[in-house]
Amino acid sequence: MYTQTEIIKDTTSNGPEGELVINVGPQHPATHGVLHLVITLNGETIKKIEPHLGYIHRSIEKMCESLNYRQFIYVTSRMDYLSAHINNLACAMCVEKGMQIEVPARAKVIRVLMSELTRIASHELWLGAMAMDLGAFTPFFYTFREREMINEIMEDTCGARLTMNYMVPGGVSIDLHPDFQQKVKAFVKQFKERIGEYDDLITNNIIFQNRMKGVGILSKEDAISYGCTGPVARGSGVSSDIRKIYPYEVYDTVEFEEILETGGDSFARYLVRMREMSQSIRIIEQLIDNIPEGDFQAKTKAVLKLPKGEFYTRVETARGELGVYIVSEGATSPYRIKFRSPGFSNLSALDHMVRGSKIGDLMATMGTLDLVIPDIDR
Amino acid sequence: MTNEEIKNFITSVAPSATFDETGEWLNVLAEPATWKELAQRLRSSSEFQFDYLFCLTCIDWKTHLTVVYHLSSSVHRHTIVIKVKAETANPEVETVSDIWRTAEFHEREVFELFGVKFLHHPDLRKLILTDDFEGFPLRKDFEDPINMIKL
Repeated sequence: MYTQTEIIKDTTSNGPEGELVINVGPQHPATHGVLHLVITLNGETIKKIEPHLGYIHRSIEKMCESLNYRQFIYVTSRMDYLSAHINNLACAMCVEKGMQIEVPARAKVIRVLMSELTRIASHELWLGAMAMDLGAFTPFFYTFREREMINEIMEDTCGARLTMNYMVPGGVSIDLHPDFQQKVKAFVKQFKERIGEYDDLITNNIIFQNRMKGVGILSKEDAISYGCTGPVARGSGVSSDIRKIYPYEVYDTVEFEEILETGGDSFARYLVRMREMSQSIRIIEQLIDNIPEGDFQAKTKAVLKLPKGEFYTRVETARGELGVYIVSEGATSPYRIKFRSPGFSNLSALDHMVRGSKIGDLMATMGTLDLVIPDIDR
Repeated sequence: MTNEEIKNFITSVAPSATFDETGEWLNVLAEPATWKELAQRLRSSSEFQFDYLFCLTCIDWKTHLTVVYHLSSSVHRHTIVIKVKAETANPEVETVSDIWRTAEFHEREVFELFGVKFLHHPDLRKLILTDDFEGFPLRKDFEDPINMIKL
């Protein structure tokens, strides 16, 4: 971390070989949060990028050590706030694995439906924000039009639009709103009609393609070595979809494709996310008329105690693989908990991806990494 | 790939390693002295190809620290957990950031939050905390009266 005087000094003086050090962030519109990048430039060419983290570090892992197994899930909504449902799901699944709780069929389907709606909402926000980074303001309004419908569906059922806190150990906290199915169907109908607009507006736009193609290339080997997951890895041709490799809940009973692109550049990552939204719609369509009747929550004890041991679950969030690692000593709260967040690993590849490219390409690369800073800092 | 085959391979590289199969995955307790070579062999062996380090963390057991590596293979899809013990007073473990590049960031995080020194790490500096921060927040004996982390 730099002291204030050092920051001013760094931005004004050139280094020994005419290098210029500039600071992007922590308050910068294109970093989508308090990410601080120290960029060493030679002319317009990037020589090195150093991320400085911690501006929103809340030490969630330490906090969880003093929270019990029902409470700690609520904190995780604040990690990757765009995938709140899926974070909650990972934690609930980890507790269920430790206590061997059988989740009712209805809860499983609800969980998958909510996860996929979250994924679409997250990708919609990414699309609007990324286009805005590149100077296109209009797509933001198009994507938020659809995202708003999802937020309303969430609000009906969970009472929240961002920090959902809906998944609990044993199922979900409350039953679905009576209008849920009807509203989701209306959303699916509208989304399918309008996804073509995104392609007309962005995908087939020559200015956009010129900004994205051949930028921020990440090879398959590097993607694996840097531990990249999610659309970042799949854009480089690495098969990494947890929903396919280690299916959880009802993902093994629905049909969907794992989207793979081999380009490894920003455009490939863009295409992966765009096509993933359609796959999520496909999953929702298969499940929305087949929500089983019955309990939405298994009967659990008032006080949850995990047996002594170690438990690890992984789920596919909108950004990649989220792992929850609980070390239990048999108490009511975890002895140690670790969240393996997708953004942290994806960010570590940034320096490698943009070295030697122009500074204008940095935003196109960062836009398709889809970084959420509270997820990186935790 | 069965756990037996992985065990045989690990024993041939690091005879002192012990195993624990009570959990979901095979747990390997490796000696710090043999860990670096074991890591290289696990990564390079075409038979096992542990090329994906998906989680690197540390646990404070009060008497000692344990650095935990979750390894998986993107080709064969098997997973193992490696645990390397370190002393509380002066914890030192060899870096694996030259083998799995994701370890560079993860080791920096463990370094500042637990105080584990990763030997031969290319850039072992604080990543999240300020440079003048004292103490290791995720250790069990850490107390900070001003910024309460405990709820």
